[in-house]
Amino acid sequence: MEQIVAENVSKYYTVPPEKGGRNHERLQVLTNVSFRVERNEFVSILGPSGCGKSTLLRMLAGLDRDYEGTIRMEDVDLKKNRVPVCYMLQKDHLLPWRTLMENVLLPAEIEGADLKKEAEAVRPMLREFGLEEFENYRPHALSGGMRQRAALLRTYRMRGDIMLLDEPFGALDEITRMQMQDWLLDVWGKHRKTVVFVTHNIEEAILLSDRVLVMSPRPGTIVKDIRIDFQRPRNRDMLLGSQFLGYKKDILASLG
Amino acid sequence: MDWLPVGFSLAILVTWYVVVTWHDVPEFILPSPVKVIEELIGSWDLLLEHTLVTISEAFLGLFISIVLGTAIGFAMGYFETFRRMVYPLFVMTQTVPLFVLAPLFILWFGFGILPKIVVVFMVCFFPIAVTFAQGLVQSDSGMDDLLSVMGATRWKIFRISRIPQALPHLFSGLKIAATYGIVGAVLAEWVGAQKGLGVFMTRAMKSFRTGVLFADVLIIVLLSMLLYKAVEWVERIVCRNITNGGKIT
Ligand SMILES: Nc1ncnc2c1ncn2[C@@H]1O[C@H](COP(=O)(O)OP(=O)(O)O)[C@@H](O)[C@H]1O
Ligand SMILES: [Mg+2]
Repeated sequence: MEQIVAENVSKYYTVPPEKGGRNHERLQVLTNVSFRVERNEFVSILGPSGCGKSTLLRMLAGLDRDYEGTIRMEDVDLKKNRVPVCYMLQKDHLLPWRTLMENVLLPAEIEGADLKKEAEAVRPMLREFGLEEFENYRPHALSGGMRQRAALLRTYRMRGDIMLLDEPFGALDEITRMQMQDWLLDVWGKHRKTVVFVTHNIEEAILLSDRVLVMSPRPGTIVKDIRIDFQRPRNRDMLLGSQFLGYKKDILASLG
Repeated sequence: MDWLPVGFSLAILVTWYVVVTWHDVPEFILPSPVKVIEELIGSWDLLLEHTLVTISEAFLGLFISIVLGTAIGFAMGYFETFRRMVYPLFVMTQTVPLFVLAPLFILWFGFGILPKIVVVFMVCFFPIAVTFAQGLVQSDSGMDDLLSVMGATRWKIFRISRIPQALPHLFSGLKIAATYGIVGAVLAEWVGAQKGLGVFMTRAMKSFRTGVLFADVLIIVLLSMLLYKAVEWVERIVCRNITNGGKIT
């Protein structure tokens, strides 16, 4: 059954004059966006920068209710109610004055959950996320890749079955990014959740996803819905075959 | 410790001493640094008495400024309407010359300690409130979004992220306040007081005892620097992990 259903979603920003907009100018960012995501599916949203990907994800996260059309998540209308989700951005947003563990405990802390219990649950996951010995380190003492993994672990510990990831590896160098992709595939294989993954990297989208939704430039809309039929578990060798090139051609063609 | 400014200051002192003794400059025009120290030691009892008065005025004024400045700074950072309402007013209080206000305060609050405290407050409250408010409104919208998705209320967002992040700003305001606290009290004493470094200063000036005047100024400078250093020391402890975030083991 579908977990997310978006129908004819359009979005306008009103840019106030002090931010450079002409009086009452409305900037259309999204136009008639419709898509569905199944439970435990990994779906990428791919599009040029500025096409409205982050805007769309903020709506799915319940942060923006000012749009036309409807989005239903777990059968809940997002304009009326919130659905708990896991959310992650390009910046790691780790609080520099907290240790890694204290950062990962943040979602539980905000919910008022039992922190001792939560810490017990987090400890085994630290190993899986390659952060085992760094529980008491502060973010400044960690490498970029480790910080992003810590941020992803914190995202995993948020309540909700849906992960919304907005270019989570966008700020990493190419080599670290590849490691993070391999490692996300691994972790996701073990703890399946529904994932909506925003990116503007074509290889990344094909490697990770069950489906790639390709968006047009602003005002963004979904121009192509491509199913990626690689088997799981996946590995990087798939990026060398002709099937991959076929997908890439398809995507490039729909990006225009 | 950076020895460059120390050496430079020493060089100035030596030059000052050499010039004054070489040219036989009269003491009431410019006393030599040695003379200033002599006066400081010679009039120590008297100076101490006046210093204690000034210190208590400055400390009380600073204390009230810190408490109210932080509270109102927070309110300005938290409630946008409140900020829009009071901020221009605060700026205005800073543009009215203090030598106009100080006599008025004496008229309203008498010759006691109260008008001095009010002057110190007028000088020190503003930088504390404004820097804290600025630190609080400076937000990373991504961080706010993230905390909000985790279910945090506005108050929790402030408690978890915005207040800690605003502390370095607050401390820059506190340092400005610490620098001006003593001077504010001295200024208030000029206008009318029985005791204090400001009173002592005017008396020394009228009787052309420039050496004592310099000793008086020296105390003001040292006290202000000490206060500044004290705030800096607290800042280092409080903001250690906010600004550089070293690892702990
Ligand atoms: N709060 C806002 N007010 C006005 N315009 C905005 C706002 N946020 C984003 N935009 C504009 O909307 C467009 C889409 O932004 P965004 O969703 O961030 O794109 P993407 O994530 O695909 O790069 C951009 O042109 C951007 O300038
Ligand atoms: Mg974006």
